[in-house]
Amino acid sequence: MIPLKQVFRRIYATWDARNREYIRDRSAMAWNFLFPVLVVLGFAYAFSGNDQPMFKVGVMIPSGKTLSALKVEHSFLETPQIQWVELAESQTMDAQKQLARHGYDLLWSPTHYWVNPSSPKGQVLQKLLLALPQPPLRQEITGEPIRYVDWLISGLLAMNMMFSALFGVGYTIVRYRKTGVLKRLKATPLSAAEFLLAQVGSRMLLMISVSSIVYAGTHLLVHFRMQGSYWDLALVLALGSFCLISLGLLVAARISSEEFAGGLLNLISWPMIFLSGVWFSLDGAHPWVKKIAAIFPLTHVIDAARAIMTEGATLMQVAPHLWALAGLSAVFLMLGAWTFRWE
Amino acid sequence: MILEASNLQKTFAPKSKSPVHAVRGLSLSIQPGTCFGLLGPNGAGKTTTIEMLEGIKKPDSGQILFEGEPLGKRSREHCGIQFQHTSLPDFLTVREVLAFFSRLYTNPAPIDELIQSCRLGEFLDRDTHLLSGGQRQRVLLAVALVNRPKLLFLDEPTTGLDPQARRNFWELIREIKAKQTTVLLTTHYMEEAYELCDQIAIMNQGRIIAKGSPDALLKEHFDAVAIVLPEADFRKGEAKLGHLKPVPLRDGGLEIQTASVEKTLQEFIDAGVPLQRVRIREQTLEDLFLVLTGKELRA
Repeated sequence: MIPLKQVFRRIYATWDARNREYIRDRSAMAWNFLFPVLVVLGFAYAFSGNDQPMFKVGVMIPSGKTLSALKVEHSFLETPQIQWVELAESQTMDAQKQLARHGYDLLWSPTHYWVNPSSPKGQVLQKLLLALPQPPLRQEITGEPIRYVDWLISGLLAMNMMFSALFGVGYTIVRYRKTGVLKRLKATPLSAAEFLLAQVGSRMLLMISVSSIVYAGTHLLVHFRMQGSYWDLALVLALGSFCLISLGLLVAARISSEEFAGGLLNLISWPMIFLSGVWFSLDGAHPWVKKIAAIFPLTHVIDAARAIMTEGATLMQVAPHLWALAGLSAVFLMLGAWTFRWE
Repeated sequence: MILEASNLQKTFAPKSKSPVHAVRGLSLSIQPGTCFGLLGPNGAGKTTTIEMLEGIKKPDSGQILFEGEPLGKRSREHCGIQFQHTSLPDFLTVREVLAFFSRLYTNPAPIDELIQSCRLGEFLDRDTHLLSGGQRQRVLLAVALVNRPKLLFLDEPTTGLDPQARRNFWELIREIKAKQTTVLLTTHYMEEAYELCDQIAIMNQGRIIAKGSPDALLKEHFDAVAIVLPEADFRKGEAKLGHLKPVPLRDGGLEIQTASVEKTLQEFIDAGVPLQRVRIREQTLEDLFLVLTGKELRA
């Protein structure tokens, strides 16, 4: 029988040592806090004036039709300077929610259009529609606008978590292996599972603390919109950090070259930064891009957190993202533990 | 026996190169309370051997028993290890490193005792990456002692240290020995082995080529002492000294083995060899290694 007291004592010792190391590494800690704060404040300032110049219209495409075919029949859809986002009829509810939050400037279908009266861009587009010989019927959707910074914060928190998980755990373990720290630990009664659990625990504590402090600190200055529950958001971020740390452990399972690990971590993190919706929405992206994005854990963290913050989504509503994160975590952790080598 | 190994084999097979037979059929046994030295030049297979004995590397074949049991949890609990190349966690102080490692064991030594015995007091609150070489080795020794080990592995613990730091380290090892802790030491410093070890095994090309106490091995292989003199002095009487077999040394001198110093010196006088620069020295383990392998130890 495994003496549990000893097991917990060893995990706690390793967890505590890793926390101390992190706190002493002032430059890394400062960067973890400063980077997201600077980005949030930068974007809050940059987008505090006029709205973005481009119009964004959701096109509800009836079954059996295509956007190209509709463009032939409806001259409005040939208007330049508008981003047309193809939407299936089944997406009507979600699209209306986004219109309410000013995610779209207008929603259009062959028979109706939906406009948010508090959206200046929506009003401009409505004038274009009303100038047509046979304008579609007007539907009104009301709601407060979302600033870009409200939309961005969930992506920034998740991205900061990703860097912290991949480089803070993955890179550190590779360095430990290269310098012989892991070999030294192998010679002690500490098991690989205990070591990995301690790393996950330490980094999760850190990531959740940093995210909370960054959110609370920037909230005081920028006053983010929060439509949902903070507890739900915390759960999403906790599960997300667990998943990203597990990915970091998998990358670091047996590599001993810091250069190779750095390259691999960059190879993993950069596609996530661009395709997971940190900076811009993937609503209008090619379906293949959306499918690729769904593979990335960061996409699920961001989509779930953003839905909670900007749409007031409940845990049930973001459950598909939570299941995806749980599944990815299980795969990453099992593969990481299975392939882990001390040397 | 506290540790027994029989017929250990280990071969490394890099993909693009021919296989390296690091250890070939090595057997040894270590009695409790002794200091056992594993000696040999770089590349002899010492580190591979000691890492197999520590349980860090798995042998391709052969058996290792710690107090009669195969290596495992029990041996990890009761063995202390100081690796040849190792780091400590960054940004932790010496005290924190000791606290961390002590919490990994069931029956750790009191930290104050380790601090005192390894003389760590003056840099206890310093980050480990700010330590000098000698201080660092003392910390690593303390970490190796943190679990009150029955068997302590020291893999070239004084390599890279200056002579003073090395002698200080020897003092620590003597104190550990005095507490009846068994020590297995690898080194390529013969003086170190002679000073510290009760038993030694000399390794070459993955095999043990001689085993025993340092004095017994010297007695077994040498029945003579060495006379050393400059080559130019020897050449002055060379015609009459043809029966002697001088061996050239790296410093330009010659060394002659003799069972009777008095007789050889008399022959030098008779042959006209000046005695002012003649030295007489006892054989060392270094000489023994030269005799056994035909190679100098640190070549």
